[in-house]
Amino acid sequence: MISEMLQKSFPPITRTALALYAGASGDHNAVHIDSDAAKAAGFDDVFGQGMLGMAYMGQTVSDAVPQDRIRHFSTRFIAITQLGAQLSCTGQPGPRYEEDGEERIAIHLEMTDQHGDIKLTGRAIIAAEIQN
Amino acid sequence: MTGANRLESFIGHHFAPVTAMVEAGRLRFFLKAIGETNPALTEPNEQGRVPIPPTYLFCLEMLDAENPFAFTEEIGVSIETILHAEQSFTYHHPVHSGDRLDFQARLEEVAHKKGGALTFLTQRVDVANQNGTQVAEIERRLVIRNGA
Repeated sequence: MISEMLQKSFPPITRTALALYAGASGDHNAVHIDSDAAKAAGFDDVFGQGMLGMAYMGQTVSDAVPQDRIRHFSTRFIAITQLGAQLSCTGQPGPRYEEDGEERIAIHLEMTDQHGDIKLTGRAIIAAEIQN
Repeated sequence: MTGANRLESFIGHHFAPVTAMVEAGRLRFFLKAIGETNPALTEPNEQGRVPIPPTYLFCLEMLDAENPFAFTEEIGVSIETILHAEQSFTYHHPVHSGDRLDFQARLEEVAHKKGGALTFLTQRVDVANQNGTQVAEIERRLVIRNGA
């Protein structure tokens, strides 16, 4: 099922994308949607919600693995995602191992922008497909 | 720095519980906002229910909280001074549209780094569905930029 590298690219981060994500996610933190609020908080401009990046990272996994096989998903937010950033995510599956009575695979995830700067790192643990 | 040490007194604090409905319409809006097109996540299953994507639990808690920023404001921290440092989900049971979820968050840990310039808060959230089944555990790590 999953032995090859996962890879997914995302559209450039726009103000519209940030506003839609704010409304849809319930995260109304103004530093992501209001330039004045972002500047008042010491940022140059609005910037991407970390959880938008994690949602993109989650898509990289859920494109390859049925949702109900995902056991754990974690992320470290490394750097702010600026407007215009073109994010892409890779996922490197590791070897099978046994945990909680089933075969599992850990996927090491990395989200970078168009300059190769790492924005998020993550790990997904999935239940491996049963092989006959 | 003011108040950074006072945060220790909140360790173990239980935040106001949140009950959230997984509504199909709101979920569609979220899927649109993240550009999700995978039919496994956008199309209803045989029971007419849509599964939630991996990070949506975090959103549901904020969407239906009386105060979406209660997770910082209840312990005297302003939302503008924090950044998200780490986030994790451990999934125990599938969640679909139509489910009703109870979120109970607590403050687990307060840690000061870089000579007090940064304070890390670790919060854990237990999530149970309408049958009392534990569906997930969420952990979020926030960093306060002291002096920001």
